[in-house]
Amino acid sequence: MDLRELYQEVILDHNKRPRNKGKVINANRHAEGYNPLCGDMVALTVKTEGDKVTDIAFDGQGCAISTASASMMTEAVKGKTVEEAEEMFKAFQKMVTSQGVEPECEDQLGEEIMSLAGVREHPVRIKCATLAWHALHAALQGEEKVTTE
Amino acid sequence: MSLRISEHTACRAIEPSLRNIPKGLRCPAQGFLPWVSTATTIPNPEGVAYLRSNSSQVRFPTSQTNMTVAQQPPIELGQTIRNDFPILSVIARGKPLVYLDNAATSQKPLAVIEALDEYWTEANANVHRGVHFLSERATERFETARETVRRFVNAGDTNEIIFTKGCTEGINLVSTGLQRHSAGLSARSTKGNADPNSPLPKINPGDVILVSAMEHHSNLVPWQMLAQQTGAIVKPIPITEVGEIDLEAYAQLLRDNRVKVVAIVHISNSIGTINPVKQILAMAHKAGAITLVDGAQAGPHWLVDVQDLDADFYTLSCHKIYAPTGIGVLYGKRHLLEALPAYQGGGSMVRTVSFQETSYAEIPAKFEPGTPNIAGVVGLGAAIEYLESLSEALPFVRMVRAGEGEGVGDAGSGSRQKLQNTMHAIHQHELLLANRATQLLSEIPGVNLIGTAAEKAGIVSFTINGVHPHDIGSILDGEGIAIRAGHHCCMPLMTRYSIPATARASFALYNTLEEADALAAGVRKVKEMFT
Repeated sequence: MDLRELYQEVILDHNKRPRNKGKVINANRHAEGYNPLCGDMVALTVKTEGDKVTDIAFDGQGCAISTASASMMTEAVKGKTVEEAEEMFKAFQKMVTSQGVEPECEDQLGEEIMSLAGVREHPVRIKCATLAWHALHAALQGEEKVTTE
Repeated sequence: MSLRISEHTACRAIEPSLRNIPKGLRCPAQGFLPWVSTATTIPNPEGVAYLRSNSSQVRFPTSQTNMTVAQQPPIELGQTIRNDFPILSVIARGKPLVYLDNAATSQKPLAVIEALDEYWTEANANVHRGVHFLSERATERFETARETVRRFVNAGDTNEIIFTKGCTEGINLVSTGLQRHSAGLSARSTKGNADPNSPLPKINPGDVILVSAMEHHSNLVPWQMLAQQTGAIVKPIPITEVGEIDLEAYAQLLRDNRVKVVAIVHISNSIGTINPVKQILAMAHKAGAITLVDGAQAGPHWLVDVQDLDADFYTLSCHKIYAPTGIGVLYGKRHLLEALPAYQGGGSMVRTVSFQETSYAEIPAKFEPGTPNIAGVVGLGAAIEYLESLSEALPFVRMVRAGEGEGVGDAGSGSRQKLQNTMHAIHQHELLLANRATQLLSEIPGVNLIGTAAEKAGIVSFTINGVHPHDIGSILDGEGIAIRAGHHCCMPLMTRYSIPATARASFALYNTLEEADALAAGVRKVKEMFT
């Protein structure tokens, strides 16, 4: 089995140099996501102005998949409306759990995030990829803590 | 039990050219192993690393943790018996399976699989209640297995062996019983009060329950629940940086005279430390505490002797001892089990029942309500008999035969001796592999070994700088190598080392030096991918 499908260069790059790592100083929304199975944690801080996500950052610890996914997610939703971000969350969930949905998901999520589609072949790693997105959903919904269980 | 297997194994062990005999073909020497007593096919047996003693009194040497690769035995245990475990020929991710997750669960020998098959096809019935042929047969096998387990842990009395659904349940059985006892409930019936002369301590607010900093959650959470119910306090015995119990700090903790229970893991599932349990228990008893040993990792890899340890309670996880899942063992000293209130109520655990009062049966029935996991128990018996039979197959059998029966107590001494030989060989073999893996991994820059106690079992826990253990696990999986990545149900221990998780390779009797090498090669691949 070629693990390169799971660990594509773009994923390894986001893991090595995560974007938007840290905290948003004037955040008005935040959420922590936990994966109790492996102890991974992501702490999201989000600033929304009107219906727009104007700034977002993540902190915490996790594997390459969860770190890269969080990093890509923050890049992808910055500047989007809350509604658009929620739609992307749904598209991401669909992408990592269903086969043959690439074209429509790619429209919404972009090519880079699609590189995470490889987790479909590794069921236990799907939660690693979705952790940051669940945290985003929780933050936007006003929930402060979420687990992947 | 499955004599065919042990003969087959024995033949392959002793004459390497016979290793490729297809399964099912009988060896040329049925029931007799002529090679065992001839020196010609076992050249220089004294050179074999396993053969450290020809005494029947052989105990596990404690000074061989530094065995070097140069001392590899000429006939390796793993290669010898591998074919007894059918699952090891599975192709995983297109590569031959390298199964190094034995601390999570062990694979099952054909002897166990066949025993289960035979039980279901020839002996299945409920135990202890039928007057018919099959029920008697099932009961006989079930109770024979109890005696086999008694031998395995060297308990003094077969009734001290309680079958549970796992190690976790055994610990909960004791902690719950202590809670009921502390609440003043009778150990004999659904009415009445606790015996004022009970040998069990009453746990009061402010009393202390000691566990170690390396406990599995299963030997921590039940005690926290007991503490919650009684007002007691759970305190950790600290460990040193290398992962050994800090005995001085432990002695200090015992000094406050409030310690009622000491619950300690025998061998750490996370970092492999073999704790000096005998000493720890002696100190606890001197301080007036009762003791429980979590033997989940010791059972499969170490000769357990509950009498020698003087353990009040000792628990086993049987799926780690090459037996099926869903079966565990609780050993308890007879007078303590008798004093312990029942855990669950139901059929089989009663003497007389009325709407006014139910009195409990004697041990072990008192703690075994409902229909037990009969097949699991039969499988466990077969697993232990398999271990005993390995003694016949191992080259060193020639050495210990000379002293067989000497100086060993009861009528089961022959079996006990065989177990002693097997468990000794297993421990030495696993140590050899773990030391090889440790040596190879320590040569890779950026790899950190977690837990470097002087006395260790075949467990190698490590991290790689900049790589999360889950990624190590996934990449090794791509190579067909099964390890565990995570906190190993030891979150406080991970906190102790300020890490979220480790990657853990755990070896068993059927692993080989080649597999230790494959692990190191896999880890180098992980490093390449992440740098």
